[in-house]
Amino acid sequence: MATPVLEKTEPAGSASAASPYITVTFRIRRFNPEVSAEATWQDFQIEIDPKERVLDGLHKIKWDLDGSLTFRRSCAHGICGSDAMRINGKNRLACKTLIKDINPEKPITIEPIKGLTVLKDLVVDMEPFFQAYRDVMPFLITKDTNEPTRERLQSPEDRERFDDTTKCILCAACTTSCPVFWNDGQYFGPAAIVNAHRFIFDSRDDAAEQRLEILNDKDGVWRCRTTFNCTDACPRGIEVTKAIAEVKRALITRRL
Amino acid sequence: MKIHKYDTVIVGAGGAGMRAAIEATKRSRTAVLTKLYPTRSHTGAAQGGMAAALANVEEDNWEWHTFDTVKGGDYLVDQDAAEILAKEAIDSVLDLEKMGLPFNRTPDGLIDQRRFGGHSRNHGEAPVRRSCYAADRTGHMILQTLYQNCVKQGVEFFNEFYVLDQIITEVDGVKKSAGVVAYELATGEIHIFRAKSVIYASGGCGKFFKVTSNAHTLTGDGQAAVFRRGIPLEDMEFFQFHPTGIWRMGILLTEGARGEGGILRNKDGERFMEKYAPVMKDLASRDVVSRSIYTEIREGRGCGPEGDHVYLDLTHLPPEQLDAKLPDITEFARTYLGIEPYTDPIPIQPTAHYAMGGIPTNVMGEVLADNTTVVPGLYAAGEVACVSVHGANRLGTNSLLDINVFGKRAGIAAAEYASQADFVELPGDPEAFVVEQIERLRSSTGTERVATIRRELQETMDANVMVFRTEQTIKTAVEKIAELKQRYKNVAIQDKGKRFNTDLLEAIELGNLLDLAEVMAVSALARKESRGGHYREDYPNRDDVNFMRHTMAYREVGADGTESIRLDYKPVVQTRYQPMERKY
Ligand SMILES: Cc1cc2nc3c(=O)[nH]c(=O)nc-3n(C[C@H](O)[C@H](O)[C@H](O)COP(=O)(O)OP(=O)(O)OC[C@H]3O[C@@H](n4cnc5c(N)ncnc54)[C@H](O)[C@@H]3O)c2cc1C
Ligand code: SF4
Ligand code: FES
Repeated sequence: MATPVLEKTEPAGSASAASPYITVTFRIRRFNPEVSAEATWQDFQIEIDPKERVLDGLHKIKWDLDGSLTFRRSCAHGICGSDAMRINGKNRLACKTLIKDINPEKPITIEPIKGLTVLKDLVVDMEPFFQAYRDVMPFLITKDTNEPTRERLQSPEDRERFDDTTKCILCAACTTSCPVFWNDGQYFGPAAIVNAHRFIFDSRDDAAEQRLEILNDKDGVWRCRTTFNCTDACPRGIEVTKAIAEVKRALITRRL
Repeated sequence: MKIHKYDTVIVGAGGAGMRAAIEATKRSRTAVLTKLYPTRSHTGAAQGGMAAALANVEEDNWEWHTFDTVKGGDYLVDQDAAEILAKEAIDSVLDLEKMGLPFNRTPDGLIDQRRFGGHSRNHGEAPVRRSCYAADRTGHMILQTLYQNCVKQGVEFFNEFYVLDQIITEVDGVKKSAGVVAYELATGEIHIFRAKSVIYASGGCGKFFKVTSNAHTLTGDGQAAVFRRGIPLEDMEFFQFHPTGIWRMGILLTEGARGEGGILRNKDGERFMEKYAPVMKDLASRDVVSRSIYTEIREGRGCGPEGDHVYLDLTHLPPEQLDAKLPDITEFARTYLGIEPYTDPIPIQPTAHYAMGGIPTNVMGEVLADNTTVVPGLYAAGEVACVSVHGANRLGTNSLLDINVFGKRAGIAAAEYASQADFVELPGDPEAFVVEQIERLRSSTGTERVATIRRELQETMDANVMVFRTEQTIKTAVEKIAELKQRYKNVAIQDKGKRFNTDLLEAIELGNLLDLAEVMAVSALARKESRGGHYREDYPNRDDVNFMRHTMAYREVGADGTESIRLDYKPVVQTRYQPMERKY
């Protein structure tokens, strides 16, 4: 669906020979039920330094061209998990993706992450995602009746055992890149399993059994078909598929 | 409009807000209002660590920690508060461990500790290993652990609710907190939260600078809301500029990088910190290093075609060490600069980092209406507050500590107050201010753009009230801010809708930044001395005779409606440490 292309409003001089700026087209999936029940594509042309982030491009559009463009963001350097979106068909954080790394010659397509209800433009309803997270009991559970006065001891090796899954920033890039989740929103999804893994393999925790039982559910780990989309999508470099496999293995060995 | 009633309302779900919520929820019916989903809060960006004299790896004690905090703050620290901070540090780290925080461990299984700038054994004798950490993502782990425990306890969150006004009612001549007015992002609806206690934990305000380590959302909403209602702001001229932000972007590269052996170099490859701090060199205190970097740049020894940055050199460190100790920040260099830190130095410049000033509180987190009077039912904790444990310059790792110690204290105090207090009556139109503000912006036909005014504000702040200040530069900023405030009245937004109108909220946030920038500049103009993060080239020395006191800035509205800022001062609490010269 064709929509008007907005003219650039970059500072004068940006076209000079020494300028690092290039012209890039952002093709953005727009949706605002206050305006129309249908989603449309809209093109924006901006002048941008290819070393800048996709998030910088979105800001240029919002700040200089169209204030109604809506997306979430906060930290702008990949640690808060606000701005997962589908960029050229892949889930990424807009603040961790540089223009030069995604072929700016062609229009850059930007859509909301898939499988969650779109509320406006790139903003989706994250509640089902967080509900799945909360359902795996993502907190330390210990049996000791009287609290120790000092810290619980944990060896560096035991600490290392679950290090990878502590890095999760709950951005949902993994879960919303998973074909199983797209087909059936009831599936817990990789992020919830990653966060269960973080406690199941923590030597201080005593509730692995309960969490494994939750994930043994029909909507649990067994739905995973090991497509590795989640691992590819994770901006924190977490080996998501491996974590899921370890949870599966724990379920099997537990039963043996 | 909806009206809610809670015993305790907490504004903000970063480290301070959630630490308070864990206490308050146990003791009172509590709601947490937050403009971001809790785990998006900027506490998650903190890298280096959290200080506590656990003495797990070498001899240490809380009294040494207190001394370092007082000295680091250039003696503007309230020493009774610093003592509480250092004493309660130990339990607050242990609390987090018990809640599940995965600290790095020693071979014996204890919480591991490492060095950080300004923390010493025996009053400056030698560096001490006091910082408890989890790789270079300690803040992330604190935020996650606190959120996990909020989930465990069933803390009630209102996510993407923006608090835009504080309700204060005068009862028998006493100003009391009656609640807050909030705006729901998803729907545009206005909510009144009546509460016996309100705790502000809404974080910092670094976004009035251009080059900053702060998130886009750190716009000082809490400070601005109470200031507008007649509460003073304390020590706002003190802002910390962290030496090592990524060039132009401001993304932080932790002090831990220099702790691991990283070296700062100018364009000639010279290790210039040897000239400025012969003993501590690259690990001198943050204000000293930031000034040294800018001195190099001003004297023509900066790097790059514009000579506007210097290098952080890690190339002499073994790649294994970088991978093990600094994984996140080396990845930042690769992602954002395309630089391989194993082989190439990283371009850096000082970045606006931390607000030492804020809403004045006592050690219970109770907000002060003047030097001594408490506002019943109003509390603040975390970066939004000024206790003051950081004085003129915060030590690294003392803020993650502050949010835990004073977040907990405020949570307990607020809930206990709520259990014996009554609800305060609401004024006639409690929502009037917010409704008017929103309607004005939505219906404005003005010609000014939010982004333009914000850019100009950030540029004037970077140019005039950053690392170096003079009467002249500060006055330039004051005038520019006044002009921008005038133009802000003529600002218009494009999104007129109700649903997720972030265009509207950015406009409101800009208004807050303008108010706070003005307080900062006016407070800085009056402080004719140099102390900690506030450096006046025209008054390069600390002046304990005239300025060993906290600034208290009040908003005044004249009979004709004109607004101005009145400055007053508050004595510093000194207990055992007499001011000395600060040498590193
Ligand atoms: C990059 C970086 C690294 C750091 N590293 C360290 C370190 O190693 N050690 C250390 O001690 N300190 C460090 N600091 C400082 C420390 O992290 C912060 O000062 C501290 O985390 C602030 O916590 P807070 O809870 O006060 O605020 P934040 O974590 O910023 O939380 C603010 C909360 O308030 C909410 N909020 C804001 N406005 C509103 C509103 N209008 N309505 C409703 N809610 C609102 C937000 O949603 C958020 O939940 C670092 C800071 C940065 C930026
Ligand atoms: S595992 Fe990775 S992709 Fe998935 S939510 Fe966590 S950080 Fe995001
Ligand atoms: S804005 Fe925080 S992760 Fe992108």
